Amino acid sequence: MSIWIAVALTAVGCYLVKLLGLLVPAGVLERPIVQRLSALLPVALLAALTAQQAFGGPDGALVVDARVAGLTAAGLALVLRAPFLVVIAAAVAVTAAVRALGG
Amino acid sequence: MAEDVAEQTASAPGPEPTGTSAGPGPEASGEAANDSGSGTGAGVAGGTVARTAPEAGPSGEPRDDPRGEPKPDSAVVRDALGVGIAVGLSGFAFGVTSAGAGLTLLQSCALSLLVFTGASQFALVGALAAGGNPLTAAAGAFFLGVRNTFYGLRLSQLLALPRFIRPFAAQWVIDETAAVALAQPTRRGARLGFTVTGLTLYVLWNLTTLLGALGAEAIGDTDAWGLDAAGPAVFLALLAPMLRTTTERAVAAVAVVLGLGFLPLLPAGVPVLVAALAAPAVLWFEGRGTTDRKGTDR
Repeated sequence: MSIWIAVALTAVGCYLVKLLGLLVPAGVLERPIVQRLSALLPVALLAALTAQQAFGGPDGALVVDARVAGLTAAGLALVLRAPFLVVIAAAVAVTAAVRALGG
Repeated sequence: MAEDVAEQTASAPGPEPTGTSAGPGPEASGEAANDSGSGTGAGVAGGTVARTAPEAGPSGEPRDDPRGEPKPDSAVVRDALGVGIAVGLSGFAFGVTSAGAGLTLLQSCALSLLVFTGASQFALVGALAAGGNPLTAAAGAFFLGVRNTFYGLRLSQLLALPRFIRPFAAQWVIDETAAVALAQPTRRGARLGFTVTGLTLYVLWNLTTLLGALGAEAIGDTDAWGLDAAGPAVFLALLAPMLRTTTERAVAAVAVVLGLGFLPLLPAGVPVLVAALAAPAVLWFEGRGTTDRKGTDR
């Protein structure tokens, strides 16, 4: 049930922020500070989420496991300008391979 | 509609006196390359910008648009399909991740149908998998979705949609549609690009979510297949094109430290919200140091 609450809240919230952009008159949110903050907020969130999902273990513990190898592979693929799907596939394949080898 | 055009042209030099790399042309293309969110989107949209200028079609296009020379519809559709298909297929990764996080098939599909903004969806299921309570999990996903407001602002001027269509178009206001639409030189092209990208992506993303969630149930232990690495890899791929200046890198670094540092200390889902404070913190710090540089690198 609590998952459905999260799903509903996210759905409503994310839809409203999308709609807001189309409805408010231009200029209201055009202040430089607001623009800068809105551009930097996803950077902070994505960076934190990447790190947490790469190193997060049970009960908030920090662990280093095969995911780190997978994420390194993804990073390498990004540096080589690989397409989106290849980046994800590289992470998954390398993580699985390291686990299979007992990593 | 006419007001919007006037407003757009009139305001072009206005709000950018700080030298934010000038008029609508370069800014729009930079925006497209940057904001596309995914590597694929950036690549294709970037190519669009490069290809656009020389292909000035033999008129026949409406002349009501001051933005630039027209571009053949087929070229717009081709670019839009490229982005839509490539990113749409990655819904498979979401379906698998979502099922692996313990969501039911119906919940995974509801997220893709109703939320339809990838980073927020991945963030939500990640937070739920880590045991976060629904409120903090939804808050993290919501803050990630806030950037769509700013795409909406730009698209609203560019597409000049009738009011009654806006509530329907809103669901498609995401990284990829904004990237494709903003890269088009004409309003007609932008509308076409937005519609084709939105439709392709919406259909495929939902279809592949369903297949991924079904597949994960068949697979069983998704971790053994390395599928728990898909989530962070998606975030990294979305993040990478955003790390263009020192400011963005500083924000990312501070956020990683905060996010990991508070992970063992605070309830699941909360540390990422703390990490979000890296954005205002770095901005504030930067504003103190070099007030004259404000806004120059974006």
